[in-house]
Amino acid sequence: MTDWPGLEEFLRTDPRDVGCDQALRILHVYVDLILSEGAGPTARRYPGVAAHLLACGPCSDDYDGLLAAAGQPAGDERA
Amino acid sequence: MSGERGLDADSAQWLRALQASAPDRDLALARLHALLLRVARSELRRREGRHPITGPDLDDLAHQAADDALVAVTAKLGQFRGESRFTTWAYKFAVLEVSAKLGRHFWQRPAASLETDQWERLPDRLSMRPDQLAEQADLLAALRQAVEEQLTDRQRRVFTAIVVNGIPLDALVVQLGSSRNVIYKTMFDARRKLRAALVANGYLAVPAGGPAGLDSVRRSS
Repeated sequence: MTDWPGLEEFLRTDPRDVGCDQALRILHVYVDLILSEGAGPTARRYPGVAAHLLACGPCSDDYDGLLAAAGQPAGDERA
Repeated sequence: MSGERGLDADSAQWLRALQASAPDRDLALARLHALLLRVARSELRRREGRHPITGPDLDDLAHQAADDALVAVTAKLGQFRGESRFTTWAYKFAVLEVSAKLGRHFWQRPAASLETDQWERLPDRLSMRPDQLAEQADLLAALRQAVEEQLTDRQRRVFTAIVVNGIPLDALVVQLGSSRNVIYKTMFDARRKLRAALVANGYLAVPAGGPAGLDSVRRSS
């Protein structure tokens, strides 16, 4: 058996993974829930999105960016 | 539009202003554009080091992303259901525009190509320690063989581009004229096939289940 955790993790797939389209469709809802209720309850409510964000680099990146943007006061329009 | 019932006060105010007549609507559009531009700039800065864009080009890309996001928001205003704050919904368009524009920009780099395979870099991409290279040579060969023998032509092309050659997934989407969802699903199926092949040949243990992880390559995808 191998001792290459990076490969094992990379090849592991989660059947709950909803894919990019579904995850991005509700990403704004997911992010606001994260900000209001925390990561645990949100991941339990949307396990397929949570699984996808763990596995998909681009969607995870978009999630990180949206979380950072939504966490800032909307009234601050400075760049 | 499902109406403003259930909306938070700020979201309701945004909707009223964006559906109003001039000059209130124009003022709201200008304010929203400023917010989207802030998000686009922040997003490009957050991704610094993963793209080569700097200076005026960076700000120009931020403006393009904000402009296109504003067009998308106004075109899809009727689809906002109040399931989140209006601003979070709107910001999503700016973030997605930044991703799409960076994907397109990737191919403007002189070195960008789908043609040069970089199998020697795979151990590093998948976080193999340098001292393991010799002992994992058989596994690496088995993986390469599985890629050649188990994957369809399209799966092999996508796997090689993203994992072997380090092409960002969004850039591959542009190159293949596809969508992120389709390319991701292609990779998902390829990963499952490769794992099954390596398990069948005794290189990997039978999976115990649990959430997937792509941590070691996700930041390069």
